[in-house]
Amino acid sequence: MDQLFGYRRENGKVGIRNHVVILPVDDISNAACEAVANQIKGTLPLPHAYGRLQYGADLDLHFRTMIGTGSNPNVAAVIVIGIEENWTKTIVDGIAETGKPVTGFSIEGFGDLETVRQASWKAKEYVQWASELQKVPVELKDLTVSIKCGESDTTTGLGSCPTVSQAVNRLVDAGATVFFGETSELTGGENLIADRMATPDLKDKFMAVYNNYIEEIESQAVDLLGSQPTQGNIKGGLSTIEEKALGNIAKTGDKEVIGVLDPAEAPSNGNGLYFMDTSSAAAECITLMAAGGAVVHFFPTGQGNIIGNPIEPVIKVTANPDTAETMSEHIDVDVKGLLSREINLTQAGDQLMTCLQRTVNGRLTSAEALGHQEFVMTKLYRSA
Amino acid sequence: MHKFLIHNQGDHVGVATSPIKEGEKVTGVYMDNDESMEVTSHGDIPLGHKISVVDLAKGESVVKYQVAIGETTEPLAKGDYVHTHNIKTKRW
Repeated sequence: MDQLFGYRRENGKVGIRNHVVILPVDDISNAACEAVANQIKGTLPLPHAYGRLQYGADLDLHFRTMIGTGSNPNVAAVIVIGIEENWTKTIVDGIAETGKPVTGFSIEGFGDLETVRQASWKAKEYVQWASELQKVPVELKDLTVSIKCGESDTTTGLGSCPTVSQAVNRLVDAGATVFFGETSELTGGENLIADRMATPDLKDKFMAVYNNYIEEIESQAVDLLGSQPTQGNIKGGLSTIEEKALGNIAKTGDKEVIGVLDPAEAPSNGNGLYFMDTSSAAAECITLMAAGGAVVHFFPTGQGNIIGNPIEPVIKVTANPDTAETMSEHIDVDVKGLLSREINLTQAGDQLMTCLQRTVNGRLTSAEALGHQEFVMTKLYRSA
Repeated sequence: MHKFLIHNQGDHVGVATSPIKEGEKVTGVYMDNDESMEVTSHGDIPLGHKISVVDLAKGESVVKYQVAIGETTEPLAKGDYVHTHNIKTKRW
């Protein structure tokens, strides 16, 4: 593999992009953030729908996602804008622990126009500073990679997920960190994941997290049958949730799992393979994984999911020959040769690792080039 | 040239890697040991959809990846098109 180059941040973490983020604390600060981003080129606003009257675990998750997003090593510097000073300060202080430049502005008492004026001056300073940062040689072990598949079909289990599995095993062997999640979509294969937990305590923790998610769904007096498998999955040939889960799990490699993370939680047990408790909805899942520190994402797809993320580049992999042809602009790694047996899994893994290296070194993914920036916060329950 | 793949020895179903026509005699390959087999299809099977490689009674487990992915809701014959019309999850 050729030399990798990345941005080594103040806390030693390595990023592969160099964003200056304009982060709203709450929904009503979106307008000011977008005004700053409109004024200062090269900045990245992240408008979202939440951040008012949240409480308890839901508020904790809101702060964790905001702080984690700003702390991601793909982010060079952050402007935080909120209506009130106290929550704005909480997020600024959290991001500041990374050592990266971050400044907060609260709108109350100033209004949008004065806030935008002040924040734009600071954003201009940050973006010019960030534009002079240089990439340095880095190694695979410096990377945190997330994985999640979508619009799955049977070709996912046959080709694109085993390809990702190859890369996951190589990354973990090289000392990198990898996140997988999708709690509900493990159903039918949850015991296979439980058996890979590094310790009995982790196994108990995983099963508690899994059962809690399923009970939450069932408490709504529904089962997953209505939404799982999805209509797209069924069209692609998947008949049951178990079949979908086994295809999903086929991307996780065969290494032991060394941690069970809360949504958006950063790992603290060293490098290796982690499970993160997430929704199986693509945008929510990847937003949480980026907030946990992932800098690049592998996304196997069958029928053709088009998801992207503003913070971490998303690499799409498909083995479905129809999708590779009809949706080619979305596909970064085409492994349809696995179905025709023209290539083997090792070769498919090589293709994905080459794409990873090129993406790390600056090549825009299809989702980046197409402007897919789905930033979707997970909300646990309604606000007060 | 094969028209379907079977994940593992012992699996009950294979996955079409090209569209299969009713009455067509097709070759499948086991991915774990490269052995091949032949089946005459009883239905039109789209790419990515499943074909039975064994006979199964109603209510039996359907195995893929060496794991039960559900159960039959009617008897299955070798060569049958297998999908939501004749198998269901065991979870609900």
